[in-house]
Amino acid sequence: MKEENQMILKFKALSENEGFARICVSAFLASYNPTIDELGDIKTAVSEAVTNCVVHAYPNQKGDITINVNVLNNQVYISVEDYGCGIEDVDKAKQPFYTSKPDKERSGMGFTVMEGFMDKVNIISILGQGTKVEMYKYIGECAKVAFGG
Amino acid sequence: MQINSMIQNKTLYISLTGELDEYTAAYCRNELDNAFNIIGYNQIVLDLSKLTFMDSTGIGMLIGRYKKVRQLKKQIYISNPNNQIEKIFKMSGLYEIMPKIS
Repeated sequence: MKEENQMILKFKALSENEGFARICVSAFLASYNPTIDELGDIKTAVSEAVTNCVVHAYPNQKGDITINVNVLNNQVYISVEDYGCGIEDVDKAKQPFYTSKPDKERSGMGFTVMEGFMDKVNIISILGQGTKVEMYKYIGECAKVAFGG
Repeated sequence: MQINSMIQNKTLYISLTGELDEYTAAYCRNELDNAFNIIGYNQIVLDLSKLTFMDSTGIGMLIGRYKKVRQLKKQIYISNPNNQIEKIFKMSGLYEIMPKIS
C-alpha cells in the first residue's frame, strides 16, 4: 500500500487563476497513471468548482480559494473551498440549468458537470462563511481492477 | 484564446484555439459577435479542433451566441470538439440547438 499523498493550493479568486488551478491538480495526479479521460474529467470538475468561487463567492472584495487534493490507492479526494457569502439553497443551486445570474449568459450546469464527471460530490455551505465542494474519483483503469473499484 | 474566421462557399468558418473558461469567455463572446457581423454568409461552422479545454462557462457563452445567430436568421454548427468537450455538449443538450457536423 502506498502512503497517502497530499497537496494544498491557495490562491486569489480571480478568473485568470482557473487555468493554473486545473494544471496544478492534473500535474499532481499525473504520477498516479490516470487515463487521459479521467484527467480531463478532473480538470473540468475543478474548473467548474473554481468558477463558482470566482463568480459567486465574493461579490465585493475577492478573497481566497483553497484546493486540497488527497490520493490514496488511486482514490482521489479534491476539495475546493472559499470563505465567501455561501449558497442560500444548495439543492436549488444543484439543479441543472439553474443559475442565480440568468442575465449573464451562465449555463447553470456547474454542479451537474461536477456530478457527471466525478464519482461523488458533496457541497457544504454556510451563509456568510463560505462553501466547500468535496469531490471523489477513482483514477487509473488498472487500479479499478486491482482494488475492485 | 485565439479566434480566426473566414468565409468559404457562403459558410462562415470560425476556429477557436486555446482554452475556453471564465477567464477567456468575455473575449470569445466579443470576437464571435464581431465575426457574426461580417456579411456574405448564410451559415456558421465553429471549428473546435484546436480548442483544448472548455467548461460549462463555454456552454453559457455558446447558448448566448445561438440566440444572437437566431436573430440573424442563420444556423450555427459545431465541428471537431475533443472527447471532453463533446461530453459537456451531450450533457447540456447543446447539440439540439447547434448540431455537430463532420
